[in-house]
Amino acid sequence: MASPLSLKIEFSGGLELLFSNQRSHRISLPAHVPSPSVKGADAGLGRSEQEQARRPADIAYLIFWLRDNLLKEREALFVEDGTVRPGILVLVNDTDWELEGEGEYVLKDGDEVVFISTLHGG
Amino acid sequence: MAPRSCALCNDARAILKRPKSGQQICKECFFYVFETEVHNTITQAALFNPGDRVAIGASGGKDSTVLAHVMKTLNDRYQYGLELFLLSIDEGITGYRDDSLETVKRNQQQYDMPLKILSYDELYGWTMDAIVSQVGKKNNCTFCGVFRRQALDRGAAVLAVDHIVTGHNADDIAETVLMNIMRGDIARLGRCTMICTQGEDTIKRSKPFKYAYEKEIVMYAYFKKLDYFSTECIYSPDAYRGHARAFLKDLEAARPSAIIDIIHSGEAFEIKEEVKATQKAQQTCKRCGYMSSNELCKACTLLEGLERGMAGAAITEHARKRLDAEGPAPTNLRTIPLFQLPPGPRAAVSITLEAAP
Repeated sequence: MASPLSLKIEFSGGLELLFSNQRSHRISLPAHVPSPSVKGADAGLGRSEQEQARRPADIAYLIFWLRDNLLKEREALFVEDGTVRPGILVLVNDTDWELEGEGEYVLKDGDEVVFISTLHGG
Repeated sequence: MAPRSCALCNDARAILKRPKSGQQICKECFFYVFETEVHNTITQAALFNPGDRVAIGASGGKDSTVLAHVMKTLNDRYQYGLELFLLSIDEGITGYRDDSLETVKRNQQQYDMPLKILSYDELYGWTMDAIVSQVGKKNNCTFCGVFRRQALDRGAAVLAVDHIVTGHNADDIAETVLMNIMRGDIARLGRCTMICTQGEDTIKRSKPFKYAYEKEIVMYAYFKKLDYFSTECIYSPDAYRGHARAFLKDLEAARPSAIIDIIHSGEAFEIKEEVKATQKAQQTCKRCGYMSSNELCKACTLLEGLERGMAGAAITEHARKRLDAEGPAPTNLRTIPLFQLPPGPRAAVSITLEAAP
């Protein structure tokens, strides 16, 4: 079993207001997480919960994890259609997530993920 | 996905994918292309002359903070010879504007520029908070926009500047094009993509960030570690522009060049002659002297509505008729002071500026 990943998460551009008004968070994620599975398929194949299809933790998973564990209010301002709301920029280790595969980027221990909202006055 | 080399210098690691072109570039190249594109926008439109006094409309938000930084950088790098000022408007929105003004005061120090703050209260006698309590939350943005436009011109006249620049970016302009189409506002549709607007009686006003994507402005501020204030105006959630913005963001996600393409479509619009003929000619407001499409400018009309307790009068036909039925405006109402552009070349005037903190 791989050890859990220690990650630093930053929110800015107003997003911090949804996360207890805190810009910086340190979190811990399991290295492998359940894959979204077809209902009943695992049972049909005789797989137990432990043997369920698993994938390495990626940013797509992180987004849902944040929504379920850290987000305090107004979910629609952070998540839309299975990813971040359009207008929210994501950086992984100071790099545009579009260069790293967006939601499919596999997280490593010590990674820093920054979410910046652009949806406010200039 | 393995990190790639910058497409421009082939040396450093790429950290950003440009929405305009999909190009993958490194931090230093990004700073350079971003700044250079704004420089090209400025020179191709011949916006400034050496010796010009330029007021930067500063709200403390991301666009105006980056604008102040980039204007200062380009002014130094390319020797535009401009005298730069920060001009800020206090609409009187508690919990929003008072915080962002603190950011502008920090900007004043960081960029070493004189700062002038003008408030709705001193100019019109009404703060936005007071207006919203009378008007409600649906049409209040109309008041704010109209009052702010005049306030910027008056502030600029006080500072004796030749030119105002604002931080409107490509996303803003594309949203405006969409909004004007959705509302059938032909007059505005014809004007909204112009990079520089000037009336006979108003100060030149330009948008150097016209082709700069909001995403890049935010990334620039992030990587340069620029200090800006980022909260939505508490009254904005009900604004009509929100619809255009949500639509535009979805379009951008599907095809990032959509933003620039919408602007190009807007620039290419030509109004049919028979439609142009129905548009109102510009005149001067009989009450305050500001430019106007009607006898009374929009700001005076709005203010009269507020003062007489019929704020909807400037907004709907129905309310206007009810107001007119009450007879002419009483002569003791508060009005906006007469607006006059200082004549001739801008002489140095003694003006009260904000003391640096």
